[in-house]
Amino acid sequence: MATYDWIFDTLGLRDWCDGSDAAAPMSMADLMSRTGSAPDASVWETPFPSMDALNDACASFPQSRDLTRGLERGFLDIKDSLSVVLDPLTQPLSWALEGALWLFQATPWFVMIPVLALIVALVSRSARLTGFILLAFGGLAFINYYDYAMQTLAIIAVCALIAVILGVPIGIAMSRSDRLERVMIPVLDMLQTLPPFVYLIPLIFLFSVTEPKLYGIAVILYAIVPVVRLTNLGIRLVDPEVIEAADAFGMTDRQKLFGVQIPLALPNIMAGVNQTIMMSLAMVVIASMVSAPGLGVLVLRGIRNLELGVGLIAGLGIVLLAVILDRSTKAALARVNAAQKQ
Amino acid sequence: MSTPKISVRNLYKIFGDAPAAALEQARAGMHKPELLEQHNHVLGLRDINVDMQDGEITVIMGLSGSGKSTLIRHLNRLIEPTAGEVVVDGENIMEYGPARLRRMRRHTMSMVFQKFALLPHRTVLENVATPLIVEGARRRDYEAEAVKWLDRVGLDGQGEQYPHQLSGGMQQRVGIARALTSNSDIMLMDEAFSALDPLIRTDMQDLLLELQRELQKTIVFITHDLDEALKLADHLVILKDGEVVQQGEPQHILMNPSDPYIVDFIADINRARVLRARTVMTRTDISPPEGAVEIAGTATLEEVITLGGGDADLVFRVMERGRQTGVLAMRDVLTALVGTEPAGAA
Repeated sequence: MATYDWIFDTLGLRDWCDGSDAAAPMSMADLMSRTGSAPDASVWETPFPSMDALNDACASFPQSRDLTRGLERGFLDIKDSLSVVLDPLTQPLSWALEGALWLFQATPWFVMIPVLALIVALVSRSARLTGFILLAFGGLAFINYYDYAMQTLAIIAVCALIAVILGVPIGIAMSRSDRLERVMIPVLDMLQTLPPFVYLIPLIFLFSVTEPKLYGIAVILYAIVPVVRLTNLGIRLVDPEVIEAADAFGMTDRQKLFGVQIPLALPNIMAGVNQTIMMSLAMVVIASMVSAPGLGVLVLRGIRNLELGVGLIAGLGIVLLAVILDRSTKAALARVNAAQKQ
Repeated sequence: MSTPKISVRNLYKIFGDAPAAALEQARAGMHKPELLEQHNHVLGLRDINVDMQDGEITVIMGLSGSGKSTLIRHLNRLIEPTAGEVVVDGENIMEYGPARLRRMRRHTMSMVFQKFALLPHRTVLENVATPLIVEGARRRDYEAEAVKWLDRVGLDGQGEQYPHQLSGGMQQRVGIARALTSNSDIMLMDEAFSALDPLIRTDMQDLLLELQRELQKTIVFITHDLDEALKLADHLVILKDGEVVQQGEPQHILMNPSDPYIVDFIADINRARVLRARTVMTRTDISPPEGAVEIAGTATLEEVITLGGGDADLVFRVMERGRQTGVLAMRDVLTALVGTEPAGAA
């Protein structure tokens, strides 16, 4: 006798309930309640009319585990057809990641470190920052973490670049259409708040764990949000009088976009790029659980094997990498800002 | 009078969700406050009819919220009207498609903005050349033209600066040079000098008048400052709550205000500095008594009084183009100074 028998009785569904008494697999809770003598429940213990509570009253009513299993079944059913579409579509990502990993690792350190320092020097025009970067990579290499750091850097380079290439046009489209913005903002909110591990679950089903695109997609999805948001915001924040002037002088939409809106939104877009890079770094560590190489693997090893030293040093290496990436992009941002303060 | 360069006819603009319904109410005679209260629609402009003559400065004056900025934005269709038409060079621009409209904005009209609206990421020279760059000109094509106008507004050698490196007055000179570079007949100036210091504003007004003598453009100038309006206007349009209260020659409006609102408006100005001998004189060709001092018709009353040296019995001969057009007694000068309603004949 369950609490909610009366619902099905009054609705006249008793026959339907008893029709399929081919009992569903028994859960642990069922087993427990069967062994213990069920005392009469007081009003205080009335259960919420949840799926499981209703299932107690009516065997035909689905249990909550049927819901999760249904979702899983549904996903597995469409998985094959989805793979047919997604696999070729995402294959270039695998190639890009493999290529980048190969390039970053095959280049000898005495070429790689100066090249990275040179890029930073060109972007930031700051001798101090360049010196710091030489020192940081030197330090990482000295403690034999150079290869791991390069793997992480290669993944970030590819994923952040793709996130920017996709994110900026999405942000521009959002800034031009209020309807698209209304649709996209909840999607972006979801991408941003979904725990990073959750991205990995459906991806593991879709792709083989040996493929780089598995973690590539996870990193891109996680990191694309800020660049989309800030591109949209940046373009919407452009002084309306300047836009009016562009119109008044007969600029076409295209001239307005490339000649006025994007240049004036550039500080915000660059802030978005900075955030995107930082978030790819965060995700690439988590993605080491699905075979992403790099410093994250060492962190994971630290947790798995309780190798405290390895985990901590790798963590500090990630911090160092984060500082390098953050400072270089911020320096670039500062230069953009200086060029167009109003 | 020749056909006007720009002619605004029966223009209505109503802001709100259902402007068409509110338009009927406005046409039926409803004014701004009632329309807002009863229909929750903002009346931007109501039945505007203004003709702007070729080569003249038409000043549209009104307080904030009077619809003057809305009106000027209808002239190049930055704002679309609810009803009515704007005829430029005989063509109703409301019928223009996007491409034709862009062509008009590039060649026929240019605009100067209150907050300058320069492109902060481009140099002054590139800003000035905007109308040419929009047409696809390369640097070597536009440089000479842009430098010419930059020199003309007194910014020689500032071309490689960025706008934020210039002062407000200089930035607005760039704004004017940019408008001139398009070589358009019509210049729209939206409170162009309102953001500037008083002294710089006077400089800029003088610059504009000087350019106008030379270039004879059709200028539509928006301002909330009556002194500025009187200084610049050939034709003055006074707006209130989206409606034209009075329009005409500024001196005429000063002497014959048609509405208590305008009387209030002109109460505070320095009439001696604004009114001219021609406006106040008695039109006659009979010579005044011997020894009358000759003055020009365009002389302000302030100049007349200075010339008279305080003597209240003097009579002046008002001369225009070498001929006497009237006489001006000092008594008339003094009466004109106190305003439209003289305090009883002495």
